[in-house]
Amino acid sequence: MTETPDLSEFYRSGAPIADAKAPNDLPVERRWTQRKFDVKLVNPANKRKKTVIVVGTGLAGGSAGATLGELGYKVIQFCFQDSPRRAHSIAAQGGINAAKNYRNDGDSVHRLFYDTVKGGDFRARESNVHRLAEVSTQIIDQCVAQGVPFAREYGGLLDNRSFGGAQVSRTFYARGQTGQQLLLGAYQALMRQVDAGNVELHPRHEMLDLIMHEGKARGVVVRNLVNGEIKSYTADVVVLATGGYGNVYFLSTNAMGSNVTAAWRAHKHGAYFANPCYTQIHPTCIPVSGDHQSKLTLMSESLRNDGRVWVPKQAGDARKAADIPEDERDYYLERIYPAFGNLVPRDIASRAAKNVCDEGRGVGPGGLGVYLDFSDAIERLGLKAVEAKYDNLFQMYERITGENPYEQPMRIYPAVHYTMGGLWVDYDLESTVPGLFVLGEANFSDHGANRLGASALMQGLADGYFVIPQTVGDYLARNPATSVPDETVQAAVDGVQAQVDKLLSIKGSRTVDSYHRELGHIMWEYCGMERTDEGLRKAIGLIRELRADFWKNVTVPGSGDDLNQSLEKAGRVADFLELGELMCVDALHRTESCGGHFRAESQDEDGEAKRDDENFSYAAAWEWTGGDVPVLHKEDLVFEYVKPSTRSYK
Amino acid sequence: MKLKLRIWRQKNAADKGRMVTYEVDDISEDASFLEMLDVLNERLAVEGEEPVAFDHDCREGICGMCSLVINGQPHGPERNTTTCQLHMRKFKDGETIDIEPWRAKAFPVVKDLVVDRGAFDKIIEAGGYISASTGTAPDAHATPVPKADADKAFVAAECIGCGACVAACPNGSAALFMSAKISHLGLLPQGQPERDDRVVNMVRTHDDLDFGGCTNTGECTVACPKGIPLEFIGRMNKDWLSASGK
Amino acid sequence: MAIASIPSLYRSTVGKKAIMAVTGVLMVLWLIGHMVGNLKIFFGLEEFNGYAAWLRTLGAPALHEGWFLWVMRFGLLAAVVLHFSTAAELTVRAKRARPVKYQHRAKVNGSYAARTMRWGGVIILLFIVWHILDLTVGTVNPHGVHGEAYQNVVAGFAPDRWYITLFYVLAVVSLGFHLRHGLVSAVQTLGLKNPRQDKALNVIATGFAALITVGFLIVPISVTLGVVD
Repeated sequence: MTETPDLSEFYRSGAPIADAKAPNDLPVERRWTQRKFDVKLVNPANKRKKTVIVVGTGLAGGSAGATLGELGYKVIQFCFQDSPRRAHSIAAQGGINAAKNYRNDGDSVHRLFYDTVKGGDFRARESNVHRLAEVSTQIIDQCVAQGVPFAREYGGLLDNRSFGGAQVSRTFYARGQTGQQLLLGAYQALMRQVDAGNVELHPRHEMLDLIMHEGKARGVVVRNLVNGEIKSYTADVVVLATGGYGNVYFLSTNAMGSNVTAAWRAHKHGAYFANPCYTQIHPTCIPVSGDHQSKLTLMSESLRNDGRVWVPKQAGDARKAADIPEDERDYYLERIYPAFGNLVPRDIASRAAKNVCDEGRGVGPGGLGVYLDFSDAIERLGLKAVEAKYDNLFQMYERITGENPYEQPMRIYPAVHYTMGGLWVDYDLESTVPGLFVLGEANFSDHGANRLGASALMQGLADGYFVIPQTVGDYLARNPATSVPDETVQAAVDGVQAQVDKLLSIKGSRTVDSYHRELGHIMWEYCGMERTDEGLRKAIGLIRELRADFWKNVTVPGSGDDLNQSLEKAGRVADFLELGELMCVDALHRTESCGGHFRAESQDEDGEAKRDDENFSYAAAWEWTGGDVPVLHKEDLVFEYVKPSTRSYK
Repeated sequence: MKLKLRIWRQKNAADKGRMVTYEVDDISEDASFLEMLDVLNERLAVEGEEPVAFDHDCREGICGMCSLVINGQPHGPERNTTTCQLHMRKFKDGETIDIEPWRAKAFPVVKDLVVDRGAFDKIIEAGGYISASTGTAPDAHATPVPKADADKAFVAAECIGCGACVAACPNGSAALFMSAKISHLGLLPQGQPERDDRVVNMVRTHDDLDFGGCTNTGECTVACPKGIPLEFIGRMNKDWLSASGK
Repeated sequence: MAIASIPSLYRSTVGKKAIMAVTGVLMVLWLIGHMVGNLKIFFGLEEFNGYAAWLRTLGAPALHEGWFLWVMRFGLLAAVVLHFSTAAELTVRAKRARPVKYQHRAKVNGSYAARTMRWGGVIILLFIVWHILDLTVGTVNPHGVHGEAYQNVVAGFAPDRWYITLFYVLAVVSLGFHLRHGLVSAVQTLGLKNPRQDKALNVIATGFAALITVGFLIVPISVTLGVVD
């Protein structure tokens, strides 16, 4: 370990932080049961009088809104899309994990818990992860009852597959559209509550600020994206389920509209942002084809079950794949990781691809790609079998690239896919702002430094269906309603209006997208798959310059009083320009490598990530200080059940 | 590639709207259709003109947000493909491309190519769900579902709610959308208790929302990016007739 | 399958189509009988006129002469009115459902038969009016004598009145197209379609439509060509 560098110009250290809600004196498997018993209950007759705002309608938000509505709370829910059914959870392909052990292959709640803590590279909180594993089984029951058409076997029972390197088959799936089917289930449950009058739904509304009163979250300011109206809504509690911030990289597998704005504006009101540098780079995406590119497309991880990853042995080999003889190909994952081969976890597969491309052995335009070859699978299983398994994915690939993967190997390259970091929450999913709860990808809680495949859907639904309905009730029972003064609300509305006016008035010469693209380049280059002290310092400087230029020189055409997509983007990019810097600071301070965070300075002789448990076994929760450097609050992570070990997939 | 684009511009719901011609060049064949529009919009923004508003989000063909009637065809010329997955190599250099919004009374234009599809949410609200409150579910294996039924339900459940069926239908009917949800839930044992109410309420809501009636022209299934088959409309009709008589 | 209540049938778009399907099927059944009767013309004047006379006595002695015919006519009229009015309502609804038309007209992706149902239907309706005036009432028929069906037909389609025959041909071809789509559509509307038998259904519908077209055309064409006189 090198000497700790002086980073005082980038951040200050603050008081440690800890979760105070989980009954940590009990064994981990009893904590959630006990917590559920400890919560104060809201009298059923009073539930109608309690208003809950839910922002976002993905798996976490949709399931939360539906369940809170069923319980009888008055729910007001927002999404920026034209319908709750469009939230980006819909794009998840692979599946959802649950410790059902329907396969009798040795799975259990404890094993799922163990795998998730280990997969997260020992940077997640044990209590939370155990609860996630516990409720995973109920999620499947709930979804089946809602009519989610999971894949079934001929006997009529649910099918499972092994996914993302797991040694047991615990993944439930609905072809390559599991996210879609789960989201539609949650959406339908939500619409049922809309029909029942329990949920008031506002699509095409974007949250632009949090309303605070007496130190508690008491409402939101939203902009109606259709007519530009800026409006306030107050409530007894605010729930954010606004997803991840992968779009800070401009190119990612996130939807075009995915953004950090709601979370970031809450951060500015005192919600700590934890582990922002933990980003998951997914190894199997379709490579970038040109400057026009607006987003990247994920090819399901399941492809690695049968496809073999390779590059030419010789750098600069420009021959077509078919012309490269077998002995001049390097099946590098099989070579380096003989035990797991092509099925190593995402972070490892991604970094390996980057390494071979850095050696000049990448394929396709710009040398940024590796082959994923199905010719052996076709030979072994037959064309029919391969078609049955992957045809929809192959068609999608051909549609996008114009190349036929049955005839030539696919080209893939890693891309930003998921962000493990997010607003810090305690066991109850409450942030450091009282009355502000954060669910799903928007929080930091369950995946540590790396998320396992098929776990994001599990977490979103666990939070929404099973955790938040209990814990929000506890908060409401303990915090009797007070009214929010009009001046407070008005001040928040005025603040949002001022920012909108400001963006429209700059009338510079550069488009919002051009700033976003440049920010993305900086982030990908210096805060992407491999991070260095030098690069991160440089990136922070570049981001600061870019941000200053943005506020001087951006152009936002149109007006604020109708649908204005440039204005929407401008607000989001403004927040990304601040978040990007915090991500770099977080990455800079964490001089170890762990999970999705790889510091070039912290690797062993073979180039594998070197974790530093002695100095970094904590979650980094960052406090906004209003323009001054952020303050770091550490939450120490204690591992009583899963003892930290080096992840080895060799 | 060089292209001439004739695009529907409409300031807001009250504006009459008109086709406006733009020319773009230097478009890569590898660009998607929406990326081609991004290029146009970047240029318009620099020139101080308002970019063309269009709906899009996931750009992976699953969220159902993108729309666009391209040369008279919802989602453009390629079968089983959403606009966001349509690529420019499907067009010819120098081609003129007409781009319009979904047109239906139930989908009023918000701006340019953006329409309000809230009517679909209303149809789902009317019964497109199974009432299974959280926590009430029995074990997932309590009720086996024959694989054939599960598979068929899945085909119906693949609908992305984009509205291309309505845009393509000469009657402006949402029968395909509606029947997909009715069939998805009606094919599963969990969906049986509400099967009759569901179809009756959803069809009534559909009619109240000013969608047209289905006359079995088959245009919808051709335009559907997920290829939802017409058989689900037949199924819905049967369910409706049976339920209405009870 | 239970029978849907009449008001709900009439209110709903699905019910309206069911009405069209059922009335359509009734008219098709009647058409088959009509066609079989027509073909009797090839067996000579007596048999044909005898058949026409027998129709009037159908149901006797339970029914008075001609009653059956009138019951059938009222039934048919009701079917035509219901079929046409629900079609008209659905058409109005369709226009209302798309107040602003596409600038770039979509090319037809479904079947042409399906897209021509409305115009085809109007042509058929006009034809029916003429046809009744021609061969039932006899007003526009050059012979026009009650009870002399054979002579009326021969006079109506006489070689020098080839344009009338041409009109019949056009109308009956429209009917053929109408039936081609209508049959499949009715099966679909009533929810009786089995996707595995799609092909068979299409073949049957095409065959049946062709049979009806030929069966109805052969009589006037034969008369015009002088095969029957």
